[in-house]
Amino acid sequence: MGAHSNDHGHHEESFVSKYIFSQDHKMISKQFLVTAIFMGIIAVMLSIFFRLQLGWPGEKFGILNAFLGDKWAPDGILDKNAYLAMVTIHGTIMVFFVLTGGLSGTFANLLIPLQIGARDMASGFMNMLSYWFFLVSSLIMVASLFVEGGAASGGWTIYPPLSALPQAMPGSGTGMTLCLISMVLFVASSLLGGLNYVVTIINLRTKGMKMTRLPLTIWALFVTAILGVLSFPVLVSCVVLLIMDRTMGTAFYLSDIFIQGEALDVTGGSPILFQHLFWFLGHPEVYIVLLPALGISSEIIATNSRKPIFGYKAMIGSILAIGFLSFIVWGHHMYVTGMNPFIGSVFVFTTLLIAIPSAVKAFNYITTLWQGNIKFTPAMLFSIGLVSTFVTGGLTGIVLADSALDVNVHDTYFVVAHFHIVMGMSAIFGMLGGIYHWFPKMYGRMMNSKLGYAHFWLTMVCGFGVFFPMHFVGIAGAPRRYYDYSEFDYLDTVISLNPMISTFAIIGGAAQLLFLFNFFHSIWYGQKANQNPWKSNTLEWTTPVAHMHGNWPGALPEVHRWAYDYSNPEHEEDFVSQIVPLKAGEHAH
Amino acid sequence: MNLFILLVLVLAIIAIAQLTKVYELSRSLRNTREEEVSAADNRLNANAWIVWMIAFFAGTIYLYVKYGDYLPESASEHGVAVDKLMSVNIWMITIVFFIVNYFLFTFANKYRFNPARRAKFFAHDNRLEMLWTLVPGVTMAFIIVYGLITWNNMTGPASAEAMQIELYSKQFDWTARYPGENKVFGAADFNLIGTTNGLGLVTEEGVAAKLAEIDHNIEQTEKTIANGKAEGTMPDSYLESLEDQLYKLKRHKQRILDLKENEMNGMSQWKAGADDKLVKGEFHIPVGQEIEFVFRSQDVIHSAYMPHFRAQMNTVPGVPTRFKMKPTITTAEMRQKLGNDKFDYILLCNKVCGAAHFNMKMTVVVDTPEDYAAWLAEQKTFGGDKNEKKEEAPATPAADTTKTMASIN
Repeated sequence: MGAHSNDHGHHEESFVSKYIFSQDHKMISKQFLVTAIFMGIIAVMLSIFFRLQLGWPGEKFGILNAFLGDKWAPDGILDKNAYLAMVTIHGTIMVFFVLTGGLSGTFANLLIPLQIGARDMASGFMNMLSYWFFLVSSLIMVASLFVEGGAASGGWTIYPPLSALPQAMPGSGTGMTLCLISMVLFVASSLLGGLNYVVTIINLRTKGMKMTRLPLTIWALFVTAILGVLSFPVLVSCVVLLIMDRTMGTAFYLSDIFIQGEALDVTGGSPILFQHLFWFLGHPEVYIVLLPALGISSEIIATNSRKPIFGYKAMIGSILAIGFLSFIVWGHHMYVTGMNPFIGSVFVFTTLLIAIPSAVKAFNYITTLWQGNIKFTPAMLFSIGLVSTFVTGGLTGIVLADSALDVNVHDTYFVVAHFHIVMGMSAIFGMLGGIYHWFPKMYGRMMNSKLGYAHFWLTMVCGFGVFFPMHFVGIAGAPRRYYDYSEFDYLDTVISLNPMISTFAIIGGAAQLLFLFNFFHSIWYGQKANQNPWKSNTLEWTTPVAHMHGNWPGALPEVHRWAYDYSNPEHEEDFVSQIVPLKAGEHAH
Repeated sequence: MNLFILLVLVLAIIAIAQLTKVYELSRSLRNTREEEVSAADNRLNANAWIVWMIAFFAGTIYLYVKYGDYLPESASEHGVAVDKLMSVNIWMITIVFFIVNYFLFTFANKYRFNPARRAKFFAHDNRLEMLWTLVPGVTMAFIIVYGLITWNNMTGPASAEAMQIELYSKQFDWTARYPGENKVFGAADFNLIGTTNGLGLVTEEGVAAKLAEIDHNIEQTEKTIANGKAEGTMPDSYLESLEDQLYKLKRHKQRILDLKENEMNGMSQWKAGADDKLVKGEFHIPVGQEIEFVFRSQDVIHSAYMPHFRAQMNTVPGVPTRFKMKPTITTAEMRQKLGNDKFDYILLCNKVCGAAHFNMKMTVVVDTPEDYAAWLAEQKTFGGDKNEKKEEAPATPAADTTKTMASIN
């Protein structure tokens, strides 16, 4: 194929440089997306495996044995260590590989140059490296599922000493080593990407594209990238110290430990230090996952309501406020670690402050719908769903932020319910909405909307069906990461919800097949897209449908107005592209 | 079964593919575009929001009614305040949940596309934005202040009357330690943990016995190494691992020699441990008495979670932690209240700690002070325990300490 195109004499690229070692942001974006989709499939399958155990403990499932073999699922019953490994890797893949790498990687790469009017990222080479680090890190993470002793099993937060001592559990052996190596590579990928995004947004905006004219997607991706650049290095140090504790006999996180008949020669370290370092990344990470989804939904809701996003400047302010606050709230994950109660009070205060910009965002979305003229594209459905999950899940965060209340629900299913709704579902909805919305830009074809509708409603119903009842399971005192609850009489009532939750999980997982089919089918057989199918204002829809290097033939477009002139009474059409000059006497927004 | 699932999946995919084909054909016949949402589709989705909202709200109310009565009333003093705070919070967030979701879904329904209408160009409104910045701000101020008052009350220093109990965690069980007559816990050190001393309590005899045991092991290992070198048949790698072991044993010995005797409350901590009482499986506490729990951990982080008392604290190796509470309802009273004579308070592990994490629990019994005193009197002291065992099995140092200790753990 590559050889053929070279024969034509013009600057066609070879197969390798076009599809594999591509430095074009649009191709890199697709690479991120497809990799993340495959990682997502693995993570969803893992979750269904452990939901089978939780829904029907002790029941034999041939399918578990078929997938996991006699070692991990003897007689079709999930092994206890394998259960913990599934839970851990499900979390790690979802948080890092799908919702960080997948979401930011795909949409930052696709949208930043296209929406700010740049020919490509500031450094195409770094961008390519970012993807390849991501891929290698993904492969290592997946490989860790297949090693002796199984994958890392201490939960996605990998707290030492459990994660530091191979003798503490089988998953803390080779599986953990691979997991840590994968994390370091992942951070390298994030940093390469993040620096590039920040630099590109600051330097490569086209003429007229003031910061106050940027679409909210770009603002969200911009703040996300800054959060990543500032917090991921801390994760690297955190992980490197852990690697040293595991391999070089240091004791950063270890002290006074007697395990497996041996008093270890380590004193003076503190396992709590790890938690401070981990959550210094871990909390901004929540917003690294969430902000791009909120940015995407801002764009989709405005476009499909045919209305300007309500309170554009307040939205930017909220994003900045959330970004800033996210750095000073990490201690709310640690109220019951024995931390000084006064420091706990400070974290209660800062954490609950985040409710204010979050509330502003939620109300602004709803006001954008008010008096709109709403077209229910699949992307729009997912975006409205996102507002609901963001509000519903965000509210329970108020309970968890309150240290006095956290004591009794910490590490219970209440937490699982909270973060799966506010972070998991919201970010996935943002990502899926983004895919439906920008698919025509990525592949030049349309996705099937009927399948999109079915996909959305099944996902919405099953998502809430899985996670909403978990609040009640947790509030009754059911700890998370338990293999079986049948020993605990006081939980009998709520644990009876588990078969229903697992059933929703299985149906919801199966519903994603609709999406997978739609996605891959439409890449080759979808209806050919028009240049601006959603009648949108932003610059990406002024580029030709067929991809080209440099995005725009001829000169770069010049921007004259903000991105949200929908249904502007001074114009006949209900949208005005950013490149349309102001009419005589028209007020710029 | 597997084949059946696979078959269903394959058939489902084929069905989707065929339906898609039919749909795409009909679309190209009617010459419609994918991005143009038809009036029928728009109506369907707009109405679906209302159907969804009713189902969602009804489901929520059902869950509140059926499962909202989550735990029995709190059996600790601070827990009552926590429950009150929780109710206030839950009421507030539930009301906001219903209102915001109601507006979201009804707006989605009401403002569906209508070609005869044009959306209102409504970009911002300072008064509205001020309103929904200030209202959450004031609400949060209330929640923060109310929450912090509760938090400060429950985390303040324990009073002088408080009695101390140590909860000690390891993979995968709990030990409770009572300080005994002298009200002082004996010193403990992880280097002394062994067969008869699961918590590593420091006593003169204990230290001597442990040193003797290590000396014996050092001697044995040195002998093996010497023999191995003399015969020359031992593989280098094995020799190396023996030398490693020898080094570790020497370090271990040095760490024990470094232990210093400390005075505490005018009493030698090395001697204070003899009357400590250690119990497993079940521990008792007296009703109406403030208790300060002190937590230690042997190996990894665990978390001591007692949901009926609204109490939780991590146990961290190397870093002792504390939590105080005053139980208010005895086990017997709670059984009566719940009409369940099998009910027991429970302590469980709430920080993933390994394969049997889900099974790491201990029963908590709240007694009347009299019953408690009687129960405590029956428990053996650590010193007593050890002396009895010594008589049963004289300390014969094992040839390979690591193996012996591993089998015990």
